Amino acid sequence: MDCFVGIDLGSTTTKAVYMDGNAKILGRGITNSRCNYQLACQIAEEEARNNSRFVLLQREFESLAKRGIPKELLSALHGKFKLAEYNAQLKALHGECADVLSSWKSGDDSSFYKDVIDTIFEKMESVAAQSFIETPNQDNFFRDLSGNLFLSFAQEIISRRANVSFDRLIGVFDRAIIAVEARSFANSFSEYIDFASGEISAMKENHKFADPLLKATQFAKEQKFNIVKSIGTGYGRQQLPFPKERIRSEILCHGLGAHYMFPETRTVLDIGGQDTKAIQIDENGIVVNFQMNDRCAAGCGRYLGYVADEMNIGVHELGPQAMKASKTIRINSTCTVFAGSEIRSRLALGEKREEILSGLHRAIILRAMSLLARSGGIKNEFTFTGGVAKNIAATTVLKSLVRENFGNIKTNISADSIYTGACGAALFAIRDSGLAGE
Amino acid sequence: MMGKTAHTEIQKEASMVLQKEMIGNHFKLLSQAKAQGKKVVYTFVPGNLNELIRSFGMLPVHPEINALQSAMRKLSGGYILEAEKYGHSEDVCTYVKCDIGMLKMGNIGPLGEKLPPPDLLLLSYTGCFTFMKWFEILRKEYNCPTVMLHIPYQSDGKVTPSMLKYVVNQLREEVVPALEKVSGVKYDESKLQTMLESSARTENDLVYIWETGKNKPSPIDAYFGGVYYIGPIFTAFRGLPECEEYYKQLRAEVDFRVENKLGPMTPEGILKKEKYRLVVEGPPNWTSFREFWKMFYDEGAVVVSSSYVRVGGIYENGFRHDPKRPFETQAEYCFGCYTNLNLPMRISLLEKSIVDYEADGFLINSIKSCNSFSAGQLLILRELESRTHIAGGFIESDLVDPRYFGAANIKNRLESYFQMIDANRGLKTSPSKR
Repeated sequence: MDCFVGIDLGSTTTKAVYMDGNAKILGRGITNSRCNYQLACQIAEEEARNNSRFVLLQREFESLAKRGIPKELLSALHGKFKLAEYNAQLKALHGECADVLSSWKSGDDSSFYKDVIDTIFEKMESVAAQSFIETPNQDNFFRDLSGNLFLSFAQEIISRRANVSFDRLIGVFDRAIIAVEARSFANSFSEYIDFASGEISAMKENHKFADPLLKATQFAKEQKFNIVKSIGTGYGRQQLPFPKERIRSEILCHGLGAHYMFPETRTVLDIGGQDTKAIQIDENGIVVNFQMNDRCAAGCGRYLGYVADEMNIGVHELGPQAMKASKTIRINSTCTVFAGSEIRSRLALGEKREEILSGLHRAIILRAMSLLARSGGIKNEFTFTGGVAKNIAATTVLKSLVRENFGNIKTNISADSIYTGACGAALFAIRDSGLAGE
Repeated sequence: MMGKTAHTEIQKEASMVLQKEMIGNHFKLLSQAKAQGKKVVYTFVPGNLNELIRSFGMLPVHPEINALQSAMRKLSGGYILEAEKYGHSEDVCTYVKCDIGMLKMGNIGPLGEKLPPPDLLLLSYTGCFTFMKWFEILRKEYNCPTVMLHIPYQSDGKVTPSMLKYVVNQLREEVVPALEKVSGVKYDESKLQTMLESSARTENDLVYIWETGKNKPSPIDAYFGGVYYIGPIFTAFRGLPECEEYYKQLRAEVDFRVENKLGPMTPEGILKKEKYRLVVEGPPNWTSFREFWKMFYDEGAVVVSSSYVRVGGIYENGFRHDPKRPFETQAEYCFGCYTNLNLPMRISLLEKSIVDYEADGFLINSIKSCNSFSAGQLLILRELESRTHIAGGFIESDLVDPRYFGAANIKNRLESYFQMIDANRGLKTSPSKR
């Protein structure tokens, strides 16, 4: 089928969106950018293509089944699909860990640590299935999912066995995960979907759907994608092997993407990894004005990454921790580097971590508010996009400050906000092909 | 003259070579000034009294030109650090710091010749407060006579008879006596008038050149190319025969491009396709001047009119130096400097440029350390958007401090801005909704 691809090469994550000619999203893919944009681009696009196949499977399945397919069935199918993908990656990770251990010099206890690592992976495999049944639509990166489990099982082992070095275990994981992230698992769609369909069809309550599911699975596997046009955007867009006319500024893509998600939007705030943009758009999603942070990444996603490192927690934990605060400490420095010293001095004064975090989130959003004001303020519906829009503390303080400064404005934050730029790029691909508005 | 795109060799027109020679000769004269008994006046570009200074046989030095020339030769960063060692803060105008740093490091001018110390500091105060503080510092450094010509700000948007009289009186009673005293030469009005006549002729030529920007394609870039075009008239040469010669040469080059429907000359040759016509407000960045310019011409962006090339004085509204009224005309010239205009006047001037030159866009380069230009620029942007319905763009850099030129950030903003113009031009249709 004809499709249009938007790729957003962000400094932190790379996103890809597949759209059909009617501007309907088929699939999305996301991966860590890890400074290798071309690889990240390939992996995100492959994931979006697999995701598209899954969407087409669902559409075909619903059409063939001629009766209502329970939501739980589709959800379970997706969960099983993701489980198959996760297990393949986990197996690869286990193999890479073994390779790292085999590279150790003799006398480095490699066989001892191999046993420990095998035990950790046994435990990881045992909990994987349950995890995907409980939350089949989770879109965390494999690095985060596997890393969290590896850490917790490693800690469990060292609490019982004093002769195991935690640092050495983490060292093995850190080297192995990089190798796994550089691998493509895209060609395994058939393998994963066969596993998922087989598992679902085998369930007694699903027998009546087995035949259409089998046909739909075959349909999705055989689907050929004809990419009519791809448009690239994002911080690393110049790295894309695209001609100049197929590269768009992320400012335009976020504007158009936000308009697509929320058509009444007139102001967009995008807080990405490296920069923050306040964008004004017209009724067609075309940018009419924008302001960007200047020379300094303070207040951007990278600032949060730095803060997370200082606090020794994951970026995704920052928002929930900040929300636990009963008061907000005033943080004056939004300089990324000075924030580190401010955090340490606040901690030394006995301030609570969550209260410091709450202050940091407020400091970031205050900078964004200044950009918004410089771009012309917020007069109508407002949409928050970019990776930071997933942070609950950032969105909470933003909503409050928008209300305080601009009145009762409708504020949109999509669960898929991270894909806004890629979505806008895919829409430009459609427009550039002369299909806009048709 | 019509160079093809060449990435290794910088393309230059005959007028550029001529100007380079003029500047080279001037700096040579300056380096020999003391030996030859010539007196030297330090003065600023906006509203300078070049004809008057020259009529006394004195040689002018323009500290801000030295600063920008140093920046183009990659020397300003070191000078600024030197000035900061002497306690000049990070937020001070970087022209000032570059000049002080250059002075502290031996006062070797941008062309490698030692600059003579001033015999007189002549401050035409035309809207930039920093100029006054700058000369206060230089006065302490050189311990030399100083004379200030105070030009009232056009806060009400007009020059009243009493304002004019106030400036003329200063010229007669303070500036001329100071020049006579330092030079030892008596004021010679006929000599001044001859120079003012010459100035008027070059002013006619310059206006003619600016007006060619209305052609499509524009044969000139009135910002990046424009800073070369204003070189002779705003610095040491206005009123001199070589200045007239320069503008004749330039006019011939521009005429040739008009006749042949050619775009402006860039360092990589004639611009092949004009894609965007811009009006730009604010000074350029000098430390990465070519890189900055390339960001425009690579995208086919031509600046058809800019406010910066009015920084020395404005001629489009009909002003010409009038030899029949030598004092009044010099006063009027000073009143009309761009930074001496109030915001509504600046906005109207820019609006007229956008309309007259049929611009697709209006861009502000906001300079971190230049208050006289940067204050009120966002207000200007909003007002112009509302009056012209043309989307404005905003970038930030600095005059001569290389630390404040973020190439990636500026390029990203410019590319976004150009794409925004494209999108606003032709893609006004909404995509199908999900």
